[in-house]
Amino acid sequence: MFKKFAPSTDIAGHTPIKTSVQRSIRANVLSQWKIEPETLEAIWPKKEGLVHVKCREHVSIYTVHGEPLIFQHFDGPFYPTLRLLHKYPFILPMVKVDRGAIRFLLAGAHMMCPGLTSAGGYLPPADAALPAGTPVAIHAEGKEHAVGVGITKLSTEEIRAVNKGVGVETVTYLGDDLWALQTL
Amino acid sequence: MGKKGKSSAPDPAPTEAVDADAPPAAEPVPPVVVLYCGVCTYPPEYCEFGASLTRCKEWLKEEHSDLFDKYYSEEALQTKVGTLSLEAQVKLEKDMAKKEVKAEAKAEAALKKKMASQIIIKRIERTKRKHITSVFGLEAFDIDLKKAAKQFASKFATGASVSKNPQGLDEIVVSGDVSDEILEMIENEVGILKGIPADNVELVEEKKKKGAAE
Repeated sequence: MFKKFAPSTDIAGHTPIKTSVQRSIRANVLSQWKIEPETLEAIWPKKEGLVHVKCREHVSIYTVHGEPLIFQHFDGPFYPTLRLLHKYPFILPMVKVDRGAIRFLLAGAHMMCPGLTSAGGYLPPADAALPAGTPVAIHAEGKEHAVGVGITKLSTEEIRAVNKGVGVETVTYLGDDLWALQTL
Repeated sequence: MGKKGKSSAPDPAPTEAVDADAPPAAEPVPPVVVLYCGVCTYPPEYCEFGASLTRCKEWLKEEHSDLFDKYYSEEALQTKVGTLSLEAQVKLEKDMAKKEVKAEAKAEAALKKKMASQIIIKRIERTKRKHITSVFGLEAFDIDLKKAAKQFASKFATGASVSKNPQGLDEIVVSGDVSDEILEMIENEVGILKGIPADNVELVEEKKKKGAAE
């Protein structure tokens, strides 16, 4: 999503959001991510206003004090920025891809099923299976930090079974234009 | 007496319940502090996929030699190969090396262009008495034109703006004849005007009549 993103041309506007909308965003984030209210409070205090930055293609980025924290496409699920995910790795479930796929991921490619099911990859076990359309943290084999944030296109059971085609769509990755933006 | 006995019994129960709830709820989890490479802004373990591995390694060795050992020592390199077969690993390394060379060449070309590019300060006559000064070419030196224009405007107490010249490129137009002062500002690296060698600046005078000074 942020393969080519230039703040000078792709941002339509900055607006502070109404507190009622902020409250609903906070509630959604608490339900979608594995985060405690206190931790969310530390990242985004209740007193602080959220600024809504509108970008092209209905992408909205929410920032606190200029630092982007959350973004969403249309009215879809909320994703944390990769920097936020690095600070709090537990907020999203993890999938891992093997080493050969890393360089393609870093160029913005989506994750194909074989990369997730091969020896270097990792998918959550059947009892913690993720349905399609869940935001996940993409980790890389042998690496400690997440390399991207994605959304599952198939459920983890289907990925294991079908093993063809796109498994996880890459939403943002290390080194894309959103990563380069430290403040908005 | 009876009361005391009664009140003490239920007491421990609620306080216990409160205690059990309070500690887990009250503490936010502290963030993991991640070190990012000074050269490529990735976490150091991903530097090998960036375009500047040699520089990254140097930087890491200087700044955080313990991490350098962790990532680039012999055993670490062995375990990193991981599940990739030998040919795949060799191919990966070759591709990365090629990418790095290309990125270096690009960076050098950009730097050379920067050195060769000129800043042109034009003094244009608006009417017989009035002049405007146009500064062209600051973009090549990574200067934010809007901020520079604002700086000029506040320094000279006059209007300054960024506009497109007939070639379609951006230039800063300052009203009044301030070309010499701007030259001085550039030489002294005032404010935001940093990193411009003095010989790249040229002063030009033009007599063309602009329709309306913007």
